[in-house]
Amino acid sequence: MTEQPIVESPAADLSAQYPDFLTPDSRPNFHGFVLAPERLLEFLKIARDELGYDYLSSVTGVDDYPEDRLEVVYHLYRTTGGPGLELKVFTGRQDPVVPSAVPLYPGADFQEREIWDMYGIHFSGHPDLRRILMWEGFAGFPMRKDWKEAYFEEEVKPFKNRWPGGRAVRVEDSNPFGNNVEYPAGFDPSQWTGESDDPVYDALRRSIIEEKSDLKTDQLIVNLGPQHPSTHGVFRMAVALDGETVIGLKPVMGYMHRNHEKIGERNTFLANMPFTDRLDYITSMSNNFGYALAVEKLMGIQPPERAEYIRVMMAELTRINSHLISTGFLLNDLGAFFTPVLYALEEREFILDIFEATAGSRMMCNYFRFGGLARDLPAGVFDEVKKFVTDRLPRKMEELETYLVKNEIIRARCEGVGVLTTEQAIGFSAAGPILRSSGVPYDVRRADPYSIYDRFAFDIPVRMNGDVYDRFLLRLDEIHQSIRILQQVVKQMPEGPIQTGKPQYTVRVPAGEAYGRVEGPKGELGFYVVSNGKQNPWRYHVRAPSFINLTGLAQMSLGQKVADVVIVLGSVDIVLGEVDR
Amino acid sequence: MVGWEIIRGLGVTFKHFAETYFDDLKWLGKPRYSQERAAARSSLDSRGAFTVQYPEEKLVIPEEFRYIPFLIYDEGPDGEKIDRCTSCGICAKVCPPQCIWIVRTNDPVTGRPIPEPAEFYIDVDICMNCGLCAEFCPFDAIKMDHDFEIATTNRMATDIFDKQRLSQPASYYASIRPTNFAAEEKARREKEAAKAAAAAAKRPAPPAPGKGPVAG
Repeated sequence: MTEQPIVESPAADLSAQYPDFLTPDSRPNFHGFVLAPERLLEFLKIARDELGYDYLSSVTGVDDYPEDRLEVVYHLYRTTGGPGLELKVFTGRQDPVVPSAVPLYPGADFQEREIWDMYGIHFSGHPDLRRILMWEGFAGFPMRKDWKEAYFEEEVKPFKNRWPGGRAVRVEDSNPFGNNVEYPAGFDPSQWTGESDDPVYDALRRSIIEEKSDLKTDQLIVNLGPQHPSTHGVFRMAVALDGETVIGLKPVMGYMHRNHEKIGERNTFLANMPFTDRLDYITSMSNNFGYALAVEKLMGIQPPERAEYIRVMMAELTRINSHLISTGFLLNDLGAFFTPVLYALEEREFILDIFEATAGSRMMCNYFRFGGLARDLPAGVFDEVKKFVTDRLPRKMEELETYLVKNEIIRARCEGVGVLTTEQAIGFSAAGPILRSSGVPYDVRRADPYSIYDRFAFDIPVRMNGDVYDRFLLRLDEIHQSIRILQQVVKQMPEGPIQTGKPQYTVRVPAGEAYGRVEGPKGELGFYVVSNGKQNPWRYHVRAPSFINLTGLAQMSLGQKVADVVIVLGSVDIVLGEVDR
Repeated sequence: MVGWEIIRGLGVTFKHFAETYFDDLKWLGKPRYSQERAAARSSLDSRGAFTVQYPEEKLVIPEEFRYIPFLIYDEGPDGEKIDRCTSCGICAKVCPPQCIWIVRTNDPVTGRPIPEPAEFYIDVDICMNCGLCAEFCPFDAIKMDHDFEIATTNRMATDIFDKQRLSQPASYYASIRPTNFAAEEKARREKEAAKAAAAAAKRPAPPAPGKGPVAG
């Protein structure tokens, strides 16, 4: 198969249709259209309302250093399916300003904040443009190519001092803290007493819509997290309360930020594969899948048949794994302490055993390679999978559903709580189970099929109420559909090689860009990769579904009681490794 | 009836509870902790809820399981250690967190490299157990270990492993990864046979004594 352009007809002739707005990106192997910043909003409105691109999948920045140019790249899709539309806006590196897309696509909110945080591009008209992953008062913009992190060694790996004259030194010893850390002007670290929370609280107060009432009530700000069992990690919600009712909510994140994307850009293409495991550490196989897909698109290669089947098998097992955890822990959040989650984890254990026997690790699988897989299934694993998906799992799912689904307490707590309407879900760029439980049957496996998903019979489950209960049920529905796919996979599994060509430790990736996306368990997981022909990616961006799904969290929580915020967050199903990256 | 579904759900809990104890009956008179029993509990046919009683019992580790890498040496006829590593540096280059350091040996007279590492370090605090070094080593010299019980109380003193700490005999490798070992040995013998055949076809001279390490 040759490389598929991201933008296909009828979008391909858009520049002829809108010559005032669009010029095609003429760089070889680049796609999409360039438009002037001042005309962006005008065209986005046309794209959304006339062309039907109602779903803003991803917004990200690119630094073209040493050229004086920063790019903002938009990937738009239709929720009815089909290929996407890629738009680019260019701006200079000095005080760059781009109009904010938030009024048209609220889902751009956190993503634009991240670009501001990482690239220093100011989005005019953004309602709440603060840093999101770094702390307020941080100096510099970390994703810019001329920014160097603490313990910086070299621009790109492999580092020269490892071989042939490599004597081990701890980086802490060779590079004491302080030597390459920049501080804002006038900042004295010895006088620093901790980060002020005022910007968060100010933003929270600004977001509150006052309602006129005769009753005089007091407002209260409560922090849920960062250390709190309900947040599933280090995540904080600053919640404004009126009595016990939520009137405003601001998620605060970045506690686990390690700049995955910068690490990725320092890494070689292949060496980045195990790092993708650490994004959403529950679904490492899906992360591998998305990244492999994006780079394979650039390289123009395709894995052999058997590898495709094993990939789908692993991806679907991962989906079951993730949904079992999600539904189990939602019950924990509801107060059904640990019995349901352990029943779910019991089944998950078998999936982890399969991963361990195949990939060598239970969670950090690192199993996919460009053009195939790391190794074939060892003897016995295939029969194990077969038995698991045809015998044990369907039986256990039935048991789990008897146990939980109609339980009166669960229904009383979950029904009608945390509602996201269809329009809101699309607007907030919600993905995966969040989007589908709000009545949008959008699943990348069907909307824009990748790998061999077009060969299997399966349904896209959809629920209409958009509340916590529907998200819970939808995940159970999806487990059943995954079992269906797996039963077809084990029936059809072909013999053959699992790798195209000889495995290479240096991968040749031609210059160009690619956006590879898969339907991960948490939603649409996209990898935007730009290569300049060298052995390291020039730009590596992750469209993290957990992160973007949080954009709608405030909307879901408004008007709920404070105890319900916990289950609303539980139903969004975030993993902080992916939120903070 | 409100509450009926809760009672039905509690039935499931009770079933799990009962099954756990029914399983105990099957093992009456046998030792409480055994590998056999741990394996049965973690099999697809198990019923009930179980805990593996670590460290008395341990989960069965599959062959592909990977932990910190180790270096393989072959044992020569007089028991000397012959490193398989040629210090080509591929593992150090492919290592994602760059935790491998290698000093190549240079011939003191000619200054040309000798295919043997003078020093070899892995900082196991940084190692992410991805297994890429083992995957891409052309000499099967570095492999992933199964021993995960390496916790220490002072990481600064112990956690940069040197060549001596990393080295293990090929027999150890054969014991933890029998399938892989057998496949690699077979491939190696075939390659050597093909090489010998090619050499014999080129010039019909008596075959030179086998160069390169022979597996123990």
